[in-house]
Amino acid sequence: MKVMIRGNESIAYAFKLARVQVVPAYPITPSTLVPEKISELIANGEMKAEFVPVESEHSAMSAAIGASAKGVRVGTATASQGLALMHEVLFIASGMRLPIVMGIGNRALSAPINIWCDHQDMMSQRDTGWMQFYAESNQEGLDLGIMAFKIAEDERVLLPAMVGIDAFVLTHTVEPVELPEQKDVDDFLGEFVPHYVTLDPQNPATLGSFGFPEHFMEFKYGQWIAMERAKKVIDEVFEEFEERFGRKYMKVYPEFVEDAEIILVTMGSMTSTTREFVRRLREQGKKVGLVKLTVFRPFPKEELREILKNAKVVAVVERNISFGFGGAVYAELSSTFSRMKEKPKIVDFIVGLGGRDITFNTLNSVVEIAEKAMHEEVDEVNWIDVNKEAVLKAEGLL
Amino acid sequence: MEVITRGAVIPEPGNSVENKTGTWRVFKPIIHYEKCIRCLICWQFCPEPAILLYEDEETKKKTPAPKEPLKRLPVVEIDYDYCKGCGICYNECPVNAIEFVKEEK
Amino acid sequence: MNYEKEEFFAPGHGLCAGCAAPIIVRWILKLAGPNTIVTNATGCLEVATTAYPRTSWRVPWIHVAFENAAAVASGIDAALKAKGEKVNIIAFGGDGGTVDIGMQALSGMVERGHNVLYVLYDNEAYMNTGIQRSGATPWGAWTTTSKVGSANPIGKLRPKKPIAKIIAAHDAPYVATANPAFFNDFKKKVKKALSIEGPKFLHVLSSCTTGWRHDPSKTIEILRLATETGLFPLYEIENGDFENMRITYKPKKFKPVEEYLKPQGRFRHLFKNPEYIKKLQKDVDEWWAKYGKYYRP
Repeated sequence: MKVMIRGNESIAYAFKLARVQVVPAYPITPSTLVPEKISELIANGEMKAEFVPVESEHSAMSAAIGASAKGVRVGTATASQGLALMHEVLFIASGMRLPIVMGIGNRALSAPINIWCDHQDMMSQRDTGWMQFYAESNQEGLDLGIMAFKIAEDERVLLPAMVGIDAFVLTHTVEPVELPEQKDVDDFLGEFVPHYVTLDPQNPATLGSFGFPEHFMEFKYGQWIAMERAKKVIDEVFEEFEERFGRKYMKVYPEFVEDAEIILVTMGSMTSTTREFVRRLREQGKKVGLVKLTVFRPFPKEELREILKNAKVVAVVERNISFGFGGAVYAELSSTFSRMKEKPKIVDFIVGLGGRDITFNTLNSVVEIAEKAMHEEVDEVNWIDVNKEAVLKAEGLL
Repeated sequence: MEVITRGAVIPEPGNSVENKTGTWRVFKPIIHYEKCIRCLICWQFCPEPAILLYEDEETKKKTPAPKEPLKRLPVVEIDYDYCKGCGICYNECPVNAIEFVKEEK
Repeated sequence: MNYEKEEFFAPGHGLCAGCAAPIIVRWILKLAGPNTIVTNATGCLEVATTAYPRTSWRVPWIHVAFENAAAVASGIDAALKAKGEKVNIIAFGGDGGTVDIGMQALSGMVERGHNVLYVLYDNEAYMNTGIQRSGATPWGAWTTTSKVGSANPIGKLRPKKPIAKIIAAHDAPYVATANPAFFNDFKKKVKKALSIEGPKFLHVLSSCTTGWRHDPSKTIEILRLATETGLFPLYEIENGDFENMRITYKPKKFKPVEEYLKPQGRFRHLFKNPEYIKKLQKDVDEWWAKYGKYYRP
């Protein structure tokens, strides 16, 4: 069934179709509509779940852990400061191997306070042991939301997952979305069976024990193994999803890359703009390609090496910044190629922070520098569409 | 139980009994049954718990008591495998039936 | 079913000799029985009872972090509702995890009406990290962050946060203070709390031999003195009805506060100045002058 819905509703419908049993959530722009929609679906009798209107995001994730440990399917949603407030408990959810799924309305972090899109919130959580998916559209938000449960709950994985949808660009924008039938999603996900030890009075177990140095590393190694195994599980789930629902997903989605000299790497909604931009460059005969990174954790090193190895320049276009180094995707991609003899020149482009539009002009600036990089040295990290003069004045440099 | 479980779960309830905390003891409580009125206050307040309750007729009867009818009541025994020697039982015993002596190692 | 003769809390734990917390926990579990899930805030109780691969718990138990035992309990409650199961949920938190860092989560849990018994075992400082002052540390107590010296001869300069009253002000169905030394009163309150649907809060005084600096054998004796001197009154408040608050025990003859303070090293410095003892005695006398009328045995 085709419906016109906002990105937040994609997440809410993914939860409904996955028959999520407990949703603890706290409102925050731009993801507030997720708990609102869940509350509405429950009030209308369209969804059977316990909604827990907690008093903070920290408690949202804590309640999610409690519920998941009791052995039910749990979903929640947040963004930005809310996700940052959860930071402590995110490590605990993954360390306890609980397959919680969380929608994120990707938004900038303060200061200054800003409610618009960038990927700083999720990127700042990359080491928490959660899988990370980034959606390009509301359709992808819904599909990845459903698939995230299947991947997270797989016996080989048992790790929590977050699905990012860009603030406002997706969260608040109405798009046509193909809503799968409940029966088809039921068949795809199967009935929820926790493949982990739960809080059960019939089999009393201790969860969240105290780990000493003699065991701690083994638990972390287990998480490492699980994240590595998730790579294959993600592929399997993506394939099965395509067979059942006809929509194709790949951890790394390449377009126009075969003979490309310059390849742009993007994530989230900026991919749509970039695709059209690249298509036009192709019409002009320019050998430019596009790679969409749908999965950031586990980082798809193998696929990226294969797809990008023949490019002359890889332009990482990203909406986050790790001060003191560069963008997070740039850092990881550079490491990915560190052992390869033949490798493309990787250049970083910081764009679209705090909701600044990413336009053809933005991408023109990116490609201009990338073309230059083919035959001369350019800066490693390039800030695009920034009033540098004003900043230099403010910093006392001009 | 395997050496490592997923998520550091401990699936064996109460397996801390493998830790014999009796080795901590510096002072040792000793029950003098001929004074013990079987009030169970020591059992009630033992923090380990290292004071065991026996309700079977055999133990109740064979254990000495100041008065014969008391042998109808449950009786306690100190489990020195776990007793850390805090002395709460000695301090709380209403009839001074518990002696607290330096542990001999 | 009566489970008082069964033990759901196993020996072999690493809590200090003479610690009151396991006495409280042991008995609450006996009174709740095996159909119980426990959530535990970070603290001595959690650390000393679940050192992997060994646990002292014979009921399902979960620890997540310091400030969120009440939020974890809320999630378990929601999951039980979703599954249509009836199980007791008991949250244990120390004073730091309850009156300080866990206050917000606890307030939220009570406001939302989750069916949880929250038990604060209050040893009046951050004992697990080494005796730092908390919001529950009483006036005049020495701790490692309310030190006593020439410029501050008193120690902690603020009184205890009135946590039971704060939770009662949420109109919680049942709030009570309890003391294991008053064993029958304590048991009665635990049973009553477990019989009530909704959020219940028990504030139980729990001595710490290390932090209070007393002989381990004196644990129950000192706890008894806390109430016999009137310093730790035992009462219950139902549905936020302060007018019908019920003091459940009143000493026939109050003991002077010195008797409680003397055996504890954390108050030793107060005896250098009789004014300090007088102040504490005055505080107690005033409390009883104001609230004594609520003694309803």
